[in-house]
Amino acid sequence: MATAAARDTADSRAFDALTGTDDTAGHQRAFDAAVAADERIEPRDWMPDAYRATLVRQIAQHAHSEIIGMQPEANWITRAPSLRRKAILMAKVQDEAGHGLYLYSAAETLGVSREELLDKLHSGRQKYSSIFNYPTLTWADVGAIGWLVDGAAITNQVPLCRCSYGPYARAMVRVCKEESFHQRQGYELLLALSKGTPEQHAMAQDAVDRWWWPSLMMFGPPDDESQHSAQSMAWKIKRHSNDELRQRFVDICVPQAESLGLTLPDPDLTWNEERGHHDFGTIDWTEFWDVLKGNGPCNEERLTRRRRAHEDGAWVREAAAAHAARHTNSETGATRA
Amino acid sequence: MTTTPAEDTPARTAAALALGDDALVLSHRLGEWAGHAPVLEEELALANIALDLLGQARVLLSMAGDEDELAFLREERAFRNLQLVEQPNTDFAHTIARQLFFSAHQYLLYGELAAGDGPFAPLAGKAVKETAYHRDHAEQWTLRLGDGTDESHARMQRAVDALWRYTGEMFQPVDGVDADRPALEAAWLEWTGQVLRRATLTVPDGPRTGAWAAGAGRQGLHTEPFGRMLAEMQHLHRSHPGAAW
Repeated sequence: MATAAARDTADSRAFDALTGTDDTAGHQRAFDAAVAADERIEPRDWMPDAYRATLVRQIAQHAHSEIIGMQPEANWITRAPSLRRKAILMAKVQDEAGHGLYLYSAAETLGVSREELLDKLHSGRQKYSSIFNYPTLTWADVGAIGWLVDGAAITNQVPLCRCSYGPYARAMVRVCKEESFHQRQGYELLLALSKGTPEQHAMAQDAVDRWWWPSLMMFGPPDDESQHSAQSMAWKIKRHSNDELRQRFVDICVPQAESLGLTLPDPDLTWNEERGHHDFGTIDWTEFWDVLKGNGPCNEERLTRRRRAHEDGAWVREAAAAHAARHTNSETGATRA
Repeated sequence: MTTTPAEDTPARTAAALALGDDALVLSHRLGEWAGHAPVLEEELALANIALDLLGQARVLLSMAGDEDELAFLREERAFRNLQLVEQPNTDFAHTIARQLFFSAHQYLLYGELAAGDGPFAPLAGKAVKETAYHRDHAEQWTLRLGDGTDESHARMQRAVDALWRYTGEMFQPVDGVDADRPALEAAWLEWTGQVLRRATLTVPDGPRTGAWAAGAGRQGLHTEPFGRMLAEMQHLHRSHPGAAW
């Protein structure tokens, strides 16, 4: 926070510290004023406990999604059909690990540790995006994930670049740049398939048919069932409602599907002249809640694999810690990394 | 493109295949780590190294022909990579030992090729910088694992012992690669031995050259896990003959 309201918050904190008083009401006023003035809240600023908790939950789940999200795509690294596609896919999965790192760092500015958050992921106490509980059955799924899943993620995340919490907003700026690159690559992959042999075209259509509805679910439950929405919007963590973003995404995808030469699996999808938007069919919310509760096609497999990677790697982390402890002051150079 | 006397071309193609296959196969093995690394930072590092190697492979294979035809349509007996790079990942220690041995060799070889004026000098000039990073990464982990806990020490020693017999092959002459192999081998032994000792590990004293494996990969004689690796790598491409991706 840089302006008057911000300085008020910082000053009042300093004043409290000096005088030993507790001016929660004053802090709250300064915080509210900063949010109202579209200023950024920074790690050392006072913030309501519930704001902190909401951010920890959201940023951690976002980070977890990047890490779990590596799995469905990594599933195809060893089978990519050309060296160019293999390089693109490897680079993408590497970017996702990088996004996970940014996001865990952003979460750590709120006073939690990466280890603690990973623990919560591994024990199922924190979630990740339900989309990654769907399997990648063909190569075309890699393209559908790029186009639709990354497309939906960008639609969700671009407004987060203006989110009221500074570290999260700045992480989002970097993440969105790479995500939009991935999305274009996914689109280009599908285009190559769509214009390829009849078998390739069918593969692309099948992938879009399977990923379309789960992608729409990425925007979360409908506005009237979204428990965190109102508060998050008041805090300017969230800028648009789930349904608004979902509509925006549908409107973007329809012409893109057309230029891909692929159809979207929704007989109710039509342009509504009056609204200036596309009407679309009803989402299967039963499936959405099922997947969210852990009963999707790959929930068990994703979490088991993540836990196994962590457990199998324990001896490596212990070795690094033991080595660092022994050599902190020596000249082996081994503490560099 | 530089012009080469016609009689040099088959040797240059053979050399591009040998070096390109090394990079392609090791890149593939490292790609298998995606989503399985012991810590998030290593997801990034291993993928990064895999990508560098894949980039080298693409340049080299393109010098020998069409990169995708060469990668996806050759059978096991036509691959010219070292047996070392096709060895399974096994555990993190085996992956690091394989990486230490290979990147130390690649660093020395590319350094020499970059200093010359042969057909691989431009590639080697770029690759030697990447390889310096790979070598450093492997060295640091060898030190951490060797001189870490009892378990990591035992695992690292096991990996070094298991892979040692594949290292002699790196110093067999390769047609079309103009390098002083005995000098490379001496420098490699010196550097690698020094790293292993600093990591409190024992340098194996068993045979490296003259072992059953030496030189075989370059003649298309591979180890059993390699065929299975190729089956996975080539399956999709082979299922759609002539398709563009």
